[in-house]
Amino acid sequence: MEVKIKSMKHEDFKDNEYIDKLVEELNASGTNVVVGKLDQLINWGISNSLWPFCFGTSCCAIEFMCLGAARYDMARFGFEVARNSPRQADYIMCQGTITYRMAPALKRLYEQMAEPKYVIACGACTVSGGPFKNSYCVVKGVDEIIPVDVYLPGCPPRPEAMFYALMQLQRKIKVQKFFGGVNRKEKRKEFFESKQVAPTVEQAQDSTIENLNNQE
Amino acid sequence: MFNFSVVTEWFNNLLTEVMPQWLATTIECVIIAALLLLAYTVLAMFYIMYERWVCAWFQCRRGPLRVGPWGSLQIFADVIKMLIKEVIGLWKTDNFLHKLAPYFVLVASVVVFACLPWGKGMQVIDFNVGIFFMTAVSSLGVIGILLAGWSSNSKYTLIGAMRSGAQMISYELSIGIAMLTIVCLSGTMSVTGLVEAQQNGWFIFTGHIPAIIAFIIYVIAATAETNRGPFDLPEAEHELTAGYHTEYSGIHFGFFYLAEYLNLFIVSGIATLLFLGGWMPLHVPGWEGFNTVMDYIPSTIWFLGKAIFVSFIIIWFKWSFPRVRIDQMLALEWRYLMPIGLVNLVVMAVLVSLGWHFAG
Amino acid sequence: MADFQEQIGNLCPEAQFDASGEFLLVTVPDEKWHDLATALKNEMHFDYLTALVGVDWKEELGVMYYLTNTETQDMIHVKVATTDREQPRLHSVSDLWAVANYQEREVFDFYGIEFINHPDMRRFFLRNDWVGYPLRKDYDESPEKNPIRLDDEQNEDDTYRLVEDENGNVTRVDGKVFEDEEYVINVGPQHPSTHGVMRYRASIEGELVKKVDVVSGYIHRGIEKMCESLTYPQTLLYTERLDYMSAHINRHCLCLCIEKAMGLEVPRRAEIIRMTMDELMRLSSHLLSYGCLTMDQGATTAFFYGFRERELIYDIFDKTCGARMSMSYMTIGGVVADVHPDFIKDVRNCCDVVTEKLKEYHKLFSGNVIAVNRMKGVGILGKEDAINYAVTGPSGRASGCHCDVRKCHPYSLYNEVDFDEVILENGDSMDRYMVRMKEMEECIKILRQCCDMLEAEGIEGEYIAKVPKLIKLPAGHWYQQVEGSRGAFGVYLESDGDPKPFQKPYRLHFQSPCFNLVGVVDLTCKDNLIADLITITASIDYVIPDIDR
Repeated sequence: MEVKIKSMKHEDFKDNEYIDKLVEELNASGTNVVVGKLDQLINWGISNSLWPFCFGTSCCAIEFMCLGAARYDMARFGFEVARNSPRQADYIMCQGTITYRMAPALKRLYEQMAEPKYVIACGACTVSGGPFKNSYCVVKGVDEIIPVDVYLPGCPPRPEAMFYALMQLQRKIKVQKFFGGVNRKEKRKEFFESKQVAPTVEQAQDSTIENLNNQE
Repeated sequence: MFNFSVVTEWFNNLLTEVMPQWLATTIECVIIAALLLLAYTVLAMFYIMYERWVCAWFQCRRGPLRVGPWGSLQIFADVIKMLIKEVIGLWKTDNFLHKLAPYFVLVASVVVFACLPWGKGMQVIDFNVGIFFMTAVSSLGVIGILLAGWSSNSKYTLIGAMRSGAQMISYELSIGIAMLTIVCLSGTMSVTGLVEAQQNGWFIFTGHIPAIIAFIIYVIAATAETNRGPFDLPEAEHELTAGYHTEYSGIHFGFFYLAEYLNLFIVSGIATLLFLGGWMPLHVPGWEGFNTVMDYIPSTIWFLGKAIFVSFIIIWFKWSFPRVRIDQMLALEWRYLMPIGLVNLVVMAVLVSLGWHFAG
Repeated sequence: MADFQEQIGNLCPEAQFDASGEFLLVTVPDEKWHDLATALKNEMHFDYLTALVGVDWKEELGVMYYLTNTETQDMIHVKVATTDREQPRLHSVSDLWAVANYQEREVFDFYGIEFINHPDMRRFFLRNDWVGYPLRKDYDESPEKNPIRLDDEQNEDDTYRLVEDENGNVTRVDGKVFEDEEYVINVGPQHPSTHGVMRYRASIEGELVKKVDVVSGYIHRGIEKMCESLTYPQTLLYTERLDYMSAHINRHCLCLCIEKAMGLEVPRRAEIIRMTMDELMRLSSHLLSYGCLTMDQGATTAFFYGFRERELIYDIFDKTCGARMSMSYMTIGGVVADVHPDFIKDVRNCCDVVTEKLKEYHKLFSGNVIAVNRMKGVGILGKEDAINYAVTGPSGRASGCHCDVRKCHPYSLYNEVDFDEVILENGDSMDRYMVRMKEMEECIKILRQCCDMLEAEGIEGEYIAKVPKLIKLPAGHWYQQVEGSRGAFGVYLESDGDPKPFQKPYRLHFQSPCFNLVGVVDLTCKDNLIADLITITASIDYVIPDIDR
């Protein structure tokens, strides 16, 4: 089954085998018709209303601003309403290097976001540490601390590349299952267990007075 | 002009024929409530898109256009997403108040919304202190905002809520005075009475200069009352991240979002009612042919059209001006708007008592 | 130069002199340093601390001071060192030059040198539970010592001072940054208007800001350390990731410094191309500042206007350098490739468009009554303070400082072009904003002249000098500064003259302008409202990765 999104043709993507395989895996056990349709509706909603969380640490953030500005205008696709509060955003696009000092802040911001939430690692630094890989205080890829959905290389990536990453994210959302299927939360738990930085319930919920302020 | 009360009376008669009066009233109430909520949601959704398109236009952008034809389905995607988004509960906060706050804001705006005159005979309730009732109920919203800020137990939300409280309470005075000016001119507080009084000319035309001044004061104060730019300090994005609703997620945030846009419609609606004749078509005394043509346009369209026009002005403010500072905002109200409004009220009273205004 | 030597010799007989470098090098023992510094500042008018660089010479740890006399623009160079590696201590000069406050904290962070009489001895960039001092040559880099910590830093308020009494005994006095009863709000590290990951802790009373504590280092990447393990051409890469809004200019600076050390002559045509790129970068940067300043004050539309014109400049970079940002265009000896055939036409077009649009910007924002009220008289930085805090660039010139490196210490071909140094007097946010707006006009003036010069040199031609494949520098140290888009950007380069084929810099320090800018936040924000904090920081206009490096 092809995963279709409106803004980009299927054959224009470079990694169709991967997504086809993913769809196959997910549909291996078959789906109830009603639930399937509901899933489609919900996924259509989420994928077309991805509100970014403004999280820019470095150069990539400038390109992200260009993405929102007149020439590229991400508002066209409904990625418009950039939120400054993690609670109200749908995906976090890590723009720029994450250092050891920033790591706890990033992790908490991620935990403060409401489900469903997605992460795009934008730029070489967040993918692998990039040019700062040899540094004594740079996290070598944000996937060391939070699970990443889409990796976007470039230093910094051009706005077109950012669009490509967002389209990829849309596709990924289109195949996810809201009802049943593999539960994202469980997957995430596995991730954190493997990284041994499991989030405690307390960290996720005990947000406000000191903690959020520390982040904000 | 078609009078909608014909329909409602027919429906009422239909019901009372087959059932007792109390049951008929209950059923009518339920139906009207459902219709109102529906209209509320639809309008709010329309307004969200309206603002996005207008703002994109100001900013040399295209705005949403990929989801559905011309981006018309964008808002449905947003709503679906908002509905399934997780609502985060907080620890170490007063959870009951935290959850209650968005409903306060929502209810305040729904109740005021219900009082607006939608068209000829299309009004939920019409009583002699209509406009007074609207001001009274709309000030409930500030309680919701204060609660939201307080119960979130975060410093930003608290500052946002306090700013909001100071702002809304101050500017309510100006709104009240501007309203009084018009009440003084029309001699009635009833919503229908106000509209009927503008049969031969809207108050902004018949009320001489005081009415124009009152209109300007009203628009400024209304912008502040709805927490919109340049008075958007309570949620000043670049100071307080998201102000009083920083901690809200999912549909609770959606309620704030919805109420914010609907409040924009409500203040525009009240401006329309007070200054631009409500649903009354544009009548020029003496031009019978013109007046008849104008009457052919349905009253609801008149009302909505005028409200949307006023909203456009308020949106225009927001996307052109920088944000004011808290002391400047309070100074504007207490040093300028309110004294001017009071003097204006006196001038209007003198005009009316001497009969110098244009005869309505 | 001999003149200074005599004067200083009279003030401090222990001083040793070395006049072989580009500036007079004075080596002073630590005990005499504070007295000499006082005399240098008060009697000889060296009131501008241009750079403060910590260096580890293996047998001794020390600090290099570059001082400038703002009247005559003379520079001298002082070295103070200690041989104690276990508990290195030097005397602080933060009471004389306020800018030294944060600079000394940086040195403490990197080298563990404690400064006696410094008011607030905390780490600046690294977490307070960091083990070791990373820029020391014997630093243990093993990840076990400093793993990624995902818990919060504890005891953030704790600080200490080293107080010296008359007899020279040094005692440690512990203190707190904020008292318990103060209402402290956090702005950052993730905040929309800190322009990145800066964090302020502001103690407020109602809406009045009483004190601001700057917590930096959220994007500290240890560039200076990494540079020590790279060859010279490789180090160029990092300059563009410091202040990415003056990427070309920073790179130009390092190129100039290395060329100076090598004694390399750059072709005139290459120098013109470099200068054009610098000015384009400055224009783009000022457009961004306009956008961010307006957006921080809530005028979102103006932001989009600024970005619309920036795309034109991006297109020029894109065509010639092949990238929109982080262009990697300049190199040692010239530029890596010749300009695109459309280059001159595009630059001219860009100049015309921006000139036209500048009027629109003024119409939309500069004259707006709300904007004027919010910026006039807010965050005043006097001339004295500006020099004391070493604030340069547009922010310094708004306070009336004559600090444009292009005029004071002309480099490249800036003495051949005709432009004015924009200087305003009031030093408030409005002036800082206006300096940028006026500087854009000056940029356009320079750009037009550059186009003429480039046309005179020919549309195609020599763009790089003959550079040896392996670059080796003699032992020594060099300092080069250029006018970045936010102030004087300096590079301190030290080479040990290593004869091995792939020579690496012994110490490379970037003296970033934004580092000094952030030092005045506390001074300017005191007793202003929270909203003013945003206005002031936006008008000072720093770039965080430049501060943190």
